[in-house]
Amino acid sequence: MNNIFVDANRKQIAGRRRIDFTLRLLFLIATSIGVIALMALLIDIISDGISMLRPELFNNFPSRRASEAGMKSAIVGSLYMLLIMAPLSFLLGVGAAIYLEEYAKKNRITRMIQLNISTLAGVPSIVYGILGLTLFVRELHLGRSLLAGAFTMTLLVLPIIIVSAQEAIRAVPKSRRDASYALGATKWQTVSRSVLPSSISGILTGVILAMSRAIGETAPLVMIGALTFVAFLPTGPMDSFTVMPIQIYNWVSRPQASFQALAASGIIVLLVMLLLMNLSAILLRNKYNKHM
Amino acid sequence: MQTLTKNQTLIEINQLNLFYGAFHALKNVSLRIPEKAITAFIGPSGCGKSTLLRTLNRMNDMIPGTRIEGGIAISGTDIYSGDVDVETLRKKVGMVFQQPNPFPKSIYDNIAYGPRLHGIHDRKKLDEIVETSLRSAVLWEEVKDYLKRSAFSLSGGQQQRLCIARALAVNPDILLMDEATSALDPISTLKIEELAQELKDRYTIVMVTHNMHQAARVSNQTVFFLNGEVVEYDETEKLFSNPTDQRTEDYISGRFG
Repeated sequence: MNNIFVDANRKQIAGRRRIDFTLRLLFLIATSIGVIALMALLIDIISDGISMLRPELFNNFPSRRASEAGMKSAIVGSLYMLLIMAPLSFLLGVGAAIYLEEYAKKNRITRMIQLNISTLAGVPSIVYGILGLTLFVRELHLGRSLLAGAFTMTLLVLPIIIVSAQEAIRAVPKSRRDASYALGATKWQTVSRSVLPSSISGILTGVILAMSRAIGETAPLVMIGALTFVAFLPTGPMDSFTVMPIQIYNWVSRPQASFQALAASGIIVLLVMLLLMNLSAILLRNKYNKHM
Repeated sequence: MQTLTKNQTLIEINQLNLFYGAFHALKNVSLRIPEKAITAFIGPSGCGKSTLLRTLNRMNDMIPGTRIEGGIAISGTDIYSGDVDVETLRKKVGMVFQQPNPFPKSIYDNIAYGPRLHGIHDRKKLDEIVETSLRSAVLWEEVKDYLKRSAFSLSGGQQQRLCIARALAVNPDILLMDEATSALDPISTLKIEELAQELKDRYTIVMVTHNMHQAARVSNQTVFFLNGEVVEYDETEKLFSNPTDQRTEDYISGRFG
């Protein structure tokens, strides 16, 4: 009986195996660099900031003395801004995405709008700050208020939300729309009862990730004039305000070592908040994926 | 008006032409489809059988660039004239698709989807519709204890029967089946065929199939399409045993297609 494996090219196979192994190693290194850098950053910040992570951080207003300084006004300011920005950008962003995906004719104008939105998603945030300063602070006379800040941030995250919501809506199979239309559904019935329930987890994930980007933004709010030293809580949308990243920026720029530690502890709070938001995005996705 | 069988004509297609852009997909199609019987559309891929089926509930409206000439009357009403709105038309002309396409919802909510669209929200009434529809689709016994489960937990054949039940839940008169068994295994296919036989006493069924044997087994009338034209239309038995057109004979004897 002939050995059918006799013509195997051992040398060539050994070479292929080597390439396989080398590439595997390279990809592992590429991944590790990212993970290690992130871990190093986290450990560094935690070791710097853990000492200042005390109740005063949450209960006190900023102070000239690091031992008494807290970021109460910044935390509350960030939360208030989130409260205005989240529903506003959800409605506008998802509304625009529904229009573009389900209603708009696929013609040149739609394609141009689409291109513009994608481009806007990449515009540096400081540009939105300048726009907010001109439009909301000056033209609409909102002043350096919470509302002006929230509106500016809404504009900033809108393209991100529109694009991600469009992707989620586009991922709903056509057969699911057909099933709805074939039962006599109108367009809005199909969108609201079939398309949105199928895409809501993707939409919400996009919205939450956009929110967490906004929570970490500093530049546009510096531009429209959020204050760096706020020793009171905003009582209404027209009050002036500060947010966490601005407070951190303010502390980092001070020479004293104790303020550096304070900044690190502020970063920990900000990171925890971002992690919580991302966690809620994951939980939401799982909740709505149950029936998929 | 009489058709081939003793049954009354329900759908009358008159000199229908359909274009997708420049492509002439249906050419001068004239047909009378009798009520409470199964009419099968057969023919090779791209012959226009599915296109014609989708004109009956105006699902073609959603494809941009579609243009229609001629008319389709269902029980005397021209469905393209504006005398009937498209939502009512689709409520009366149900459709089952090639791939089972349940919603990512529970079995119950899948069936209740249609009735809810048309304004039924009373829990008791919905319960009743869900049960009757599932019984009509011979699925009730298999799922009655699992109505809250996801429709995706069902097998492919069960999902397709669920889709039939979902179509029946809005109380249609006509049921369109667009190659409804082509994605299913032989046993599930047989179940759907048996179901169609049962349903034809109450519903007018129009089915597209690329399976000639299925048309021969199930239908009362068969229409043979080729290149967008109706080549031959006859009682199923006659068309398969004694076709008048050479092309029909070539197709059903397996010489092409």
